[in-house]
Amino acid sequence: MMRLPVFRYLAPKSSAEAVRMLSTEGPTAAVVAGGTDLYPNMKRRQVSVRTLVSLRRLAALRGAQAGPDGAWRIGAGTSLMALERDRRLAAERPALHAAVKSISTPVLRTMGTIGGNVLLDTRCNYYDQNFEWRRAVNHCLKCTGDTCWTAPGSDRCWAVNSSDSVPVLIAMGAVARLEGPAGVREVPVESLYRDDGIAWLTKAKDELLTELVLPPPDGWRSHYGKLRRRGTFDFPVLGVATALRLDGDRVAEARIVLNGVGSAPLRAKEAEAFVVGKRVDAETAKQAGELAFKPAKPLDNTDFENAWRKKMVKVYVRDGLLAAARA
Amino acid sequence: MTEPARESASPAKKKARAPRKAKAPARPRKVTTTLRVNGEDHEVAFLPHKTLLEVLREDLGLTGTKHGCELGECGTCTVVVDGEPMLSCLLLAVECDGREITTVEGLSTAQGPHPLQRAFADLNAAQCGYCTPGFLCASKALLDRDPSPSRDTIREELAGNLCRCTGYGKIYEAVERAAAVMRGEPVPPVPGIDPASPTGEVARGC
Ligand SMILES: Cc1cc2nc3c(=O)[nH]c(=O)nc-3n(C[C@H](O)[C@H](O)[C@H](O)COP(=O)(O)OP(=O)(O)OC[C@H]3O[C@@H](n4cnc5c(N)ncnc54)[C@H](O)[C@@H]3O)c2cc1C
Ligand code: FES
Ligand code: FES
Repeated sequence: MMRLPVFRYLAPKSSAEAVRMLSTEGPTAAVVAGGTDLYPNMKRRQVSVRTLVSLRRLAALRGAQAGPDGAWRIGAGTSLMALERDRRLAAERPALHAAVKSISTPVLRTMGTIGGNVLLDTRCNYYDQNFEWRRAVNHCLKCTGDTCWTAPGSDRCWAVNSSDSVPVLIAMGAVARLEGPAGVREVPVESLYRDDGIAWLTKAKDELLTELVLPPPDGWRSHYGKLRRRGTFDFPVLGVATALRLDGDRVAEARIVLNGVGSAPLRAKEAEAFVVGKRVDAETAKQAGELAFKPAKPLDNTDFENAWRKKMVKVYVRDGLLAAARA
Repeated sequence: MTEPARESASPAKKKARAPRKAKAPARPRKVTTTLRVNGEDHEVAFLPHKTLLEVLREDLGLTGTKHGCELGECGTCTVVVDGEPMLSCLLLAVECDGREITTVEGLSTAQGPHPLQRAFADLNAAQCGYCTPGFLCASKALLDRDPSPSRDTIREELAGNLCRCTGYGKIYEAVERAAAVMRGEPVPPVPGIDPASPTGEVARGC
């Protein structure tokens, strides 16, 4: 059996109590929401957790509401399935809805939360293995070793941010509400990430993600495209969110966010600048795809051959821009 | 540090070398909880790091729920919790108090097998059968929510359950057949299966 290691189990009744527990327990305490990312990692002994702080009793963290202006407040503890079944979300935020629906499997979406998805551990073929496998290759940099087996000449970890909701949330300009010992702060979801496979979050360990706030749509339209081997289970090998704000038939503003190609989600800024002021036709979309291709640097640490994955950036950005313009 | 702390290089070795009499505060203590499984309350004591899968199989002797990957990647451990399918390998038993748990053992009644069990047997929707309890539980949750799912809905809703033998066609057919039975509709007879027999077996003379 793949058993969980022994830990102390705590179930706080308020977010303030949860934060207090995280601060007192120190770095070996971890929050658990749905556990669909954390428990497999604990079972494979990738992370060591001495105290588990469960969000189970924090009903205030669950639920999603739209305001009259079309802004959304989504509790971090809302299950992915609750969002999938939310008809209003499907109608008003189809790209986020599609991204959520593409995550893992229905039963995992019933258990997993949007907050856990935003804070998902980075992934790598050399890291997401059981303990014996990792010992056989003498461990990797992300987990007690001293070599990144993806890029042995490099001094950093290249594990990949593989969350499906993150690119769409960034493209929509979403804000994360964090509650820590020093109080509450709101930061753009985009600034939660660092291009480092080991320290991939800017959030402090004792900060709780309580809510995601989507600003009013304000004319923005978006799309999410996901590349993976199977139509279910698999993490994105490439996830592309495209968002456009049109002025007449021309682009006033654009956001193009790639995931699965680096330790942090990547803004394709050159491609974004290129489409501004233009009509999104086949040729513009194709050229934007070429521009987004350049900064994407997938390495050989997920599924598929990395050169092909990089090539797919062109296709997904092109198609995503056309789809967003039609949305 | 923003990420969970790294596991030490060889916890297995460390654990093996650790003295048997661990310091008192470090020793894990069992929790006693009442779990409601298949309509019955069970008072059970277990260590808080045990999954529902482990408690069902090891403490309650309900071995119908199977363990496969134990990482969320196969679905064979699926049970129904409060009407929703859940992976018992990724659910702490300690978080299941006060919840209604149904395992494959709870599907049949005194009247006989559940229509899903009957349809799976009649249509040979199982070969090795290892995935079957998970499929049955996921299908039960689906049919309780949606009595007339389309083939596409069935395919989507069961997309978290892997079968390495059947190729899925028979499983989808069996779910459709069970759905029809549960709606009270007649279903075509299956050659060699006696619809009057509670188990479907054809009585043979000797
Ligand atoms: C087989 C399989 C396939 C999967 N496929 C996909 C996929 O296709 N796409 C995808 O994006 N993900 C996928 N996942 C990963 C995972 O299921 C989802 O990302 C899910 O949304 C995680 O949510 P959770 O509530 O289960 O997170 P948990 O496991 O509970 O937590 C994940 C991390 O976030 C932290 N955390 C959670 N909530 C909070 C909070 N409120 N405040 C502070 N910290 C918090 C935890 O400490 C932990 O480090 C897959 C997982 C499995 C097992
Ligand atoms: S054993 Fe639970 S999903 Fe495979
Ligand atoms: S019948 Fe063998 S795995 Fe499904």
